[in-house]
Amino acid sequence: MALDLSDPRQLAVALGPDLILLGGAMLLLIWAAWRPDGAAHQRRVGIACLVLTALTAAAVVWSISRDQTTLELGVVAVDGLRWLAALVLLLGTGLTIAMAVDYNAREGIGAAESHVLILLGTAGMLLLAAARDMILVFLGIELLSICVYALSAMNRRSIRSAEGALKYFLLGAFATAFLLYGMALVYGATGETNIALIGARITELGLAANPLLLTGIALLLIGFAFKIAAVPFHMWAPDVYEGAPTPVTAYMAASVKAAAFVAFLRVWAEAFPEAFDVWQGVIVALAVVTMFAGNLIALAQRNIKRLLAYSSIAHAGYLLVAFATATVAGVEALLFYLFAYTLATMGAFAVLVAAGTPGEPNQRVEDYSGLWGERPWLAAAMTVFMMALLGFPVFGGIGFFAKWYVIRAALEAPTPLIALAIILVVTSVISAGYYLHVVMVMFMKPRPVDAPPIGPSRWLTRAVIVATAVLIIAFGMYPQPLLDAARIGAPAVVRVGAASTAGPGAGFGPLAP
Amino acid sequence: MTDFLTSIRYNDWILPALLVLPVLGAIGISVHGMLAPRRVTADGVAIASPTPKWMALFFFVALFVVSLGLWWTYEPARPLEPWVRLPWIPAWGASFTLGIDGIALMMILLTTFLMPLTVLGSWSGIRSRTHAYYALLLILTTGMLGVFVALDLLLFYVMWEVMLVPMYFIIGMWGGERRIYASLKFFIYTMIGSLLMLVAIIFLWTSAARVTGQASFDYVHIVTSARFGAAAAMWLFGAFFLAFAIKVPMFPFHTWLPDAHVEAPTAGSVILAGIMLKMGTYGFIRFAMPFFPAVAMHPTIKGLILLLAVVGIIYGALVAMVQPDFKKLVAYSSVSHLGFVMLGLFALTLQSVQGALMVMINHGISTGALFFLIGMMYERKHSRMIEDYGGIARVVPMFAALLTLVALSSIGLPGTNGFVGEFLVLIGAFRTEPILTTIATTGVIFAAAYLLWALQRMLFNRLDKPANEHLRDLNPRELLLMAPLVAAIIWLGVHPGPVLRRMEPSARNFIQIVEQRAGAALVQRSGEAP
Repeated sequence: MALDLSDPRQLAVALGPDLILLGGAMLLLIWAAWRPDGAAHQRRVGIACLVLTALTAAAVVWSISRDQTTLELGVVAVDGLRWLAALVLLLGTGLTIAMAVDYNAREGIGAAESHVLILLGTAGMLLLAAARDMILVFLGIELLSICVYALSAMNRRSIRSAEGALKYFLLGAFATAFLLYGMALVYGATGETNIALIGARITELGLAANPLLLTGIALLLIGFAFKIAAVPFHMWAPDVYEGAPTPVTAYMAASVKAAAFVAFLRVWAEAFPEAFDVWQGVIVALAVVTMFAGNLIALAQRNIKRLLAYSSIAHAGYLLVAFATATVAGVEALLFYLFAYTLATMGAFAVLVAAGTPGEPNQRVEDYSGLWGERPWLAAAMTVFMMALLGFPVFGGIGFFAKWYVIRAALEAPTPLIALAIILVVTSVISAGYYLHVVMVMFMKPRPVDAPPIGPSRWLTRAVIVATAVLIIAFGMYPQPLLDAARIGAPAVVRVGAASTAGPGAGFGPLAP
Repeated sequence: MTDFLTSIRYNDWILPALLVLPVLGAIGISVHGMLAPRRVTADGVAIASPTPKWMALFFFVALFVVSLGLWWTYEPARPLEPWVRLPWIPAWGASFTLGIDGIALMMILLTTFLMPLTVLGSWSGIRSRTHAYYALLLILTTGMLGVFVALDLLLFYVMWEVMLVPMYFIIGMWGGERRIYASLKFFIYTMIGSLLMLVAIIFLWTSAARVTGQASFDYVHIVTSARFGAAAAMWLFGAFFLAFAIKVPMFPFHTWLPDAHVEAPTAGSVILAGIMLKMGTYGFIRFAMPFFPAVAMHPTIKGLILLLAVVGIIYGALVAMVQPDFKKLVAYSSVSHLGFVMLGLFALTLQSVQGALMVMINHGISTGALFFLIGMMYERKHSRMIEDYGGIARVVPMFAALLTLVALSSIGLPGTNGFVGEFLVLIGAFRTEPILTTIATTGVIFAAAYLLWALQRMLFNRLDKPANEHLRDLNPRELLLMAPLVAAIIWLGVHPGPVLRRMEPSARNFIQIVEQRAGAALVQRSGEAP
């Protein structure tokens, strides 16, 4: 049954969270602009934004609890994948805003609107997670990107911030152009913008080898590869991550990447299941190159934000492994990994915010030497985040199970991706080289006399660090609840994929129950 | 004794208790570290609190006493089966499945026996950040005991990795000059092996799940139901082999060992040599060989591993001989001794396997004792170089006597523990591998050469360094630390029967499983061929 948005109940289920978020953000925007900029106002608006994020998350939970079986084949998807992705994205948003409140106060950024911009970006992300129409995908990406362009330029006094923002804007526009052109070509080949109908049309008309369609898919792939920062489309990421205000960097590294991955997944799984066989080789190659290049280049980094930027590129490679499996387990692994990755990345950047002083002089890895002697809990938390990114059990908690899940998905695929799994673990060993370097300087090097002072961490940032570390460790000991949650996310996409494929042997199709 | 232990249902709770007790200790010490006021000297240097070492000593002694009950309640006839099963991740079929056999029993007792001594060995050497140090020692103990008691592959893997981080910090924070390099090398080497093993474990798990339709990491379930082709078995064995061979360490995967052992603080060296190296050989006994007997017993592969073992024996001994640094000498001697273990295991006769198990225990005790003694001298003189000593037997007679006794046990003098193990390995292995065993025998002679030569240069030559004339002999704490080790050396040397009796059925069982399954695989393959 098609989604009927004129029925208020269905409307509430399908778009409730988005409407709450967007409507709330508009009101907050007016309130933010009402009063002159100032530290207290910035803080009040930030906390209101946190409350709105929590409300939206509650609405998502409510939507999950409603029966969704009848709500298929609209322009917005109403399924587990969307809701779980939304929860992960809202988690990242909440953590970002909490950090940003403290960060802005410290750096003397009085613009209260910046928090609302984060919310608007998140509204774009939620749209991306829900979009089942190329137009909506484009709208989501644009809404998200424009907010993030502005956010990365937020610190007007910093030259680095301005440079990063300009780079991000130019390359982002470039990527969007690829996406848009790809969408246009796909539309030209199939005459549809609805993702599910595109898939059906390709089967119907036997377009799988149509050059127009293939070119369109290639352009889409490039566009998405830019957005998730996969090698060789990653060049913008380190500069932008280094220049942007730290909370915004965390937001870009974790949430923006997650949203792009979810949209990428839905487009690929629902629109091009038949073309998937053709493109799997390309995605595997992207994954391999991304894992190797991300990890190897990260080894050479001495700036901690750049180091985390390359680490996030490497993680895009691991995520692409889950993507390349094209199975239910792969989708579950992707969602699980995004959750673990969001926690660890947010936590690591929160430590940078907590240890920083105005002007962020603590950018070199060496500036964290001897942190253990000064602020033992901060050092211990950073160790947890590094271990989680490394994928180490117990000390890195959930990070281990995230990698575990991806390896498992790769080995369980109909044609097991054993080589990819081995490359994943080998590159993980490489990554130990730089994650442990951070741990090493904190615990094993004495604090140099000329090291920049360690700032007093404020309580919201502290709360972010404690919450992420505790969640990482707790779920790392007992991941069962998350596994149950990841399971509701996966089948929806695969079911739809199966409905639009002709027979077994094509991409996501054969794995549907 | 047994009746009493049965009446308190000892076997039902002991294995989880072994894992929980050290964690409780670590939490206790951390809480104390948070609450205790920081004391600082006049010039701003933090004064280490003495409380953590007493707490750690208490917990380790308690752990030893509690674990000792296993000596009585363990029934050698009992097959390897789960004693305890607690739910963990039902969706993946992972659970806290714990169980031991005679081999694991001895490894557990060795661990709980050595750990209190390591606290005594760190008593005056560790002066900074004592809370973190002892908490890490306790966490490390949980990891080590977890490896020996886990009968669930995921749990085993997690415990295997849990050991790594505390040891990384112990080497890196309290180690010698090149501690940062050594700790990173230790971490990376171990991680390469263990991550490939993780892929192999997941592969085994999926293949067992495909056969039975039931996802489970249970050891028995996977041993009995995982199915794979000959080529896959080869790769899987390779992954397990790499993980364990690095840990043992077998030549040529041993290069992390001299760095880690030399740079680690005394307790770290003792634990590395005494317990953690045994994880590798234990892994071969418990996992690599029973899982893939056809590969392990394939003539080429078996021959290659035996050859590497013998090369390790000779190479370790020869390199040890030329070391100017006593600690490095002992480190290389470990490569040699562990070669005997591998020789005994892969020769696969009852005597050789039992001998290998004895060498595992003996090496833990003797090499541990050697590292303790070097540590004591290092605390006095801050040098590990043999040439910095000379003729000190006259100044520190107690130390000299103990070092001589321990060195003789490490050489394998009859009447000490070292003799029993290596002798059994050699006569057992001679029946199936006469040539390699003959070559390996020279390793015993080399061992005598490098240790006696070192003793001569260190203890007996002329006392030509004036600084050495005022060395203090061992104090009561150090004597207390050495007493149990000396007792164990002599007890195992003259009366190893009780230990061997407890391990014999397990060793027999191990040989039977490997031979039977290797034979079955051979029959199956020849049946498929036409």
